[in-house]
Amino acid sequence: MNAPRKLKVATTSLAGCFGCHMSLLDIDERLLELLEFIEFDRSPLTDIKHCGPCDIGIIEGGVCNAENVHVLREFRANCKILIALGACAVNGGLPAQRNHLDLRDILAAVYVTEEGLVPGTQIPNDLELPLPLNHVHPIHEVVNIDYFLPGCPPSGDAIWKFLTDLLAGHTPRLGHGLIRYD
Amino acid sequence: MSETNTFILDDQEIPFTPGQSVMQAALSAGVFIPHLCYHPEFRPHGSCKLCTVKINGRPATSCTTPAAHGMEVESNTPEILDKRRTLVQMLLVEGNHFCPSCEKSGFCKLQALGYELGVMTPRFNLLYPTRPVDASHPDVLLDFNRCILCELCIRASTEVDGKFVFALSGRGIKKHLVVNAESGRLADTNFSLADKAAQVCPVGVILPKRKGFAVPYGERHFDDAPISAHVDEFKPVMPGQEGRS
Repeated sequence: MNAPRKLKVATTSLAGCFGCHMSLLDIDERLLELLEFIEFDRSPLTDIKHCGPCDIGIIEGGVCNAENVHVLREFRANCKILIALGACAVNGGLPAQRNHLDLRDILAAVYVTEEGLVPGTQIPNDLELPLPLNHVHPIHEVVNIDYFLPGCPPSGDAIWKFLTDLLAGHTPRLGHGLIRYD
Repeated sequence: MSETNTFILDDQEIPFTPGQSVMQAALSAGVFIPHLCYHPEFRPHGSCKLCTVKINGRPATSCTTPAAHGMEVESNTPEILDKRRTLVQMLLVEGNHFCPSCEKSGFCKLQALGYELGVMTPRFNLLYPTRPVDASHPDVLLDFNRCILCELCIRASTEVDGKFVFALSGRGIKKHLVVNAESGRLADTNFSLADKAAQVCPVGVILPKRKGFAVPYGERHFDDAPISAHVDEFKPVMPGQEGRS
């Protein structure tokens, strides 16, 4: 009898700090157990640049620039199940604290009026750089999201419980101590 | 207690003394009903709607409805839990609730209720309102970003402290907490950290300065158990009477 097909999992960090990915690594030796059931597609862990058809997509971070929107849509188009991982993906988190400020004012404060800048410094305007959005958005405002796992970051135990519930084929139930907003 | 004074709450018989609300009777019996604007020491307010139950099939706020013999009350049902979840989600998107950077995290009733109800997402589009903080007072920081308009600070300042420091202003989505001073600044009132109003905020609006993050993770108020297991803290101060300290 053939072994069951491994589930394809893609992950990415948008406007996040990679803390949620670090927390994923915090499941420690259980990573080996997890790899019995999954294989990674696009992910910072594999360095694959684009997402193929996947069973599960895990998104860290909110949406703060045009590239984030493209990546998020690529994940939605390719992943059967899309998961918002961590505070920033769920509600914008720390990057969203710029939302009550004017974007032009922020860029000017950093690149133009800040003390100690090299004379002539300007706001970066290279075609290679994705344009920032006026506001940071949680990812559910851009594409449909199937599951949410809040936390800054969610603990390794929370991620483990969440993923093993999902792999077992039922809705993840975290319970007290694992569901956290901070 | 007379045996005739009971009602049914989710198949459980709850005794009450005449004059008690459904909420007070339930809490006295050790049954938790989610709430934010209710406080055992104050008259019920009925504004947060989280304590909504179905009484004889009709929705009602359990904090404002007097218990009556023979009532059939539904609280812990999928339909009502779903409505409460939605209420929490609406509160989460209406303000700026960033728990990782909030000193009240681990002590916050809104957060604890989110955990209790299994709120994994704010679900709606976030409003990200602009609400500047008031750091003018030497001992207290006011962070309006987290205000849920429960009016507990208003009630405490008015009824207990006799100072009338806080009020609500505006209507609808523009309703917001204000400080009763010509300048609008807390420093220009006689507010003090010892006031009752400084101790009743269920979320992280009224914060003592220089004490942030004093308690480590794992030892904070709601770290040990869900808020429903803290039911004893919400029992009526004087059973059978609407307490006003």
